[in-house]
Amino acid sequence: MLEARNLAIGYGATKIGSDLSLRLGSGDILCLLGPNGCGKTTLFRTLLGLLPALAGTVMLGGRPITAQSRAEIARQIAYVPQAHAPPFPFEAIEVVLMGRTARLGLFGQPGQRDREVARSAMDRLGIGDLAHRDYSRLSGGQRQLVLIARALAQEAPLIVMDEPTASLDFGNQAQVLAHISALSHAAATEGCGVVLSTHDPDQAFALDAYVLLMKGGQACAHGPAQDVLTGDTLSTVYGIAVSVETTTSGRKVCLPSLVRQSAPTMTSDALTMA
Amino acid sequence: MGRGTTATIGLSKPVLTLAGGLTICLALLAFGAVMIGPYGLTPGQTLAALVGRGDRQAQIVVWNIRLPRVAAALLVGAALAAAGASYQALFRNPLVSPDILGVSAGAGLGAVAGIFLSLPVAAIQASAFVGGMVAVGFVTLVASMVQNTDRTLTLVLIGVVIGALAGAATSLLKVMADPYDQLPAITFWLLGSLAAITTEDIRPALPMVLVGLVPLALLRWKINVLSLGDEEARALGIEVGRTRFLVIASATLITASVTALAGVVGWVGLVIPHIARMLVGPSFGRLLPVSVLIGAGYLLIVDTLARTIAQVEVPLGILTAVIGAPFFVWLLARGRRGWS
Repeated sequence: MLEARNLAIGYGATKIGSDLSLRLGSGDILCLLGPNGCGKTTLFRTLLGLLPALAGTVMLGGRPITAQSRAEIARQIAYVPQAHAPPFPFEAIEVVLMGRTARLGLFGQPGQRDREVARSAMDRLGIGDLAHRDYSRLSGGQRQLVLIARALAQEAPLIVMDEPTASLDFGNQAQVLAHISALSHAAATEGCGVVLSTHDPDQAFALDAYVLLMKGGQACAHGPAQDVLTGDTLSTVYGIAVSVETTTSGRKVCLPSLVRQSAPTMTSDALTMA
Repeated sequence: MGRGTTATIGLSKPVLTLAGGLTICLALLAFGAVMIGPYGLTPGQTLAALVGRGDRQAQIVVWNIRLPRVAAALLVGAALAAAGASYQALFRNPLVSPDILGVSAGAGLGAVAGIFLSLPVAAIQASAFVGGMVAVGFVTLVASMVQNTDRTLTLVLIGVVIGALAGAATSLLKVMADPYDQLPAITFWLLGSLAAITTEDIRPALPMVLVGLVPLALLRWKINVLSLGDEEARALGIEVGRTRFLVIASATLITASVTALAGVVGWVGLVIPHIARMLVGPSFGRLLPVSVLIGAGYLLIVDTLARTIAQVEVPLGILTAVIGAPFFVWLLARGRRGWS
């Protein structure tokens, strides 16, 4: 269980966001939406305890995150960064095994059971055949799946994903989303709570997620995607005209207008973001 | 053990075979190196001398001259390769060498100061060791006071700064040194050599290198995770600051110990981990032992060349540079990634 109350976030003297509150339990999917520079990544870093909160507290498992060791935190909350290339050519399974680190002692090495967990995490995402491939040479989509497998191997009840579908092609995006959905719906037994950020509001609908809509470091709306993501709120946050429509299959999609908006407003908006 | 998973971590069968093969090669190389020299020995004579039989003269050559030197070459090569592998993982860069944090520059200054003050050999070695440790200690201290989110880059940059300062102080001492007596000794030391090595010189260095290797071996898994970068390593449950300090302290202890013994021997710590990584991959549990074995063998070959290819001793640093530099260019040409 992750809970943040009245967080102010930022780096040292630079405050990036304030009055942010959220709650995440098992089986929840929380989707962070907002324009570039609205503070999503900073919020993530604060939630993970990688960056101290400027005000307010982050409670993880009922205790302040600042009072917990890195290993304690890592056993409760896993982090899936955007797919990256490490400087050394580790095998994919080695990258997944690194998810076990928080369960090993100071001088511990992954053992038989850790290897089995890593294996089954990869199998669960259908990437078992990548185990002995060079991670640094995998495609972006494959790397993202390996990093999700690593989070699974971490066996933490909560997973934070930083734009898990960024830089993925259309098919891989859908695949990753399907996996995220499956993770949270296995909730009854395993209870995975997922926080993810995305630039695509359609994904919030697809995941039937709880949404936190951010702008300029403030939460401007939160609630179930159905309620929060309306044409009006999206238009306000992104500074373009957006209409939300329902497809024949019943899913909602967001359609930005491609008509040029009043240019000056956009420019000044973009400037305040940067 | 599941199919295919054996090869992933730890010392699996192929790696053990490789390590065993390398150890045998190393023993043969060492035996050969003991035979070769101005006073040439046959394999039979060498064996006899090793077990304390045969020609008295051969026994003296083997035990008092060749064996200390062979042992020192093995120790220095193994130590520099281990430190290089550690620093490369820690700084997430395959083009990093053990002197990145100024250990060689500090040790150089320490030794040069010792020579300048006409101290005895043991004191020069102690001064070099202290110089190397102090330089790196100073770098980590200054880096911890600088407010910067990228700790790794801060460390490297401060290392460059302190290294340059130590280099300047060394140059000043060279200018002030007696040009006929001290300056050649300084120059020779800064190029690295095992020419005057005795068993007494090895005695303090060996336990320090072993003490430094133990934490590196124990932390082998954490070092893998550290090579993903600070933030990810922390998110995976590692206390990065503490672990990094331990790795830096161990690798610096190792480097300073052998630099005090052999002088500044470049390139070994940069090049050898690459060869090891090509053979067994980047996982530190495999990389460390294989680097140690190859590093030991490599420096033994180079040192044997240094004492046999010419009438006079060729400084080690010159040979390792002549061999290492083209290799480095070749690595760059292969398009390795730099700072990520």
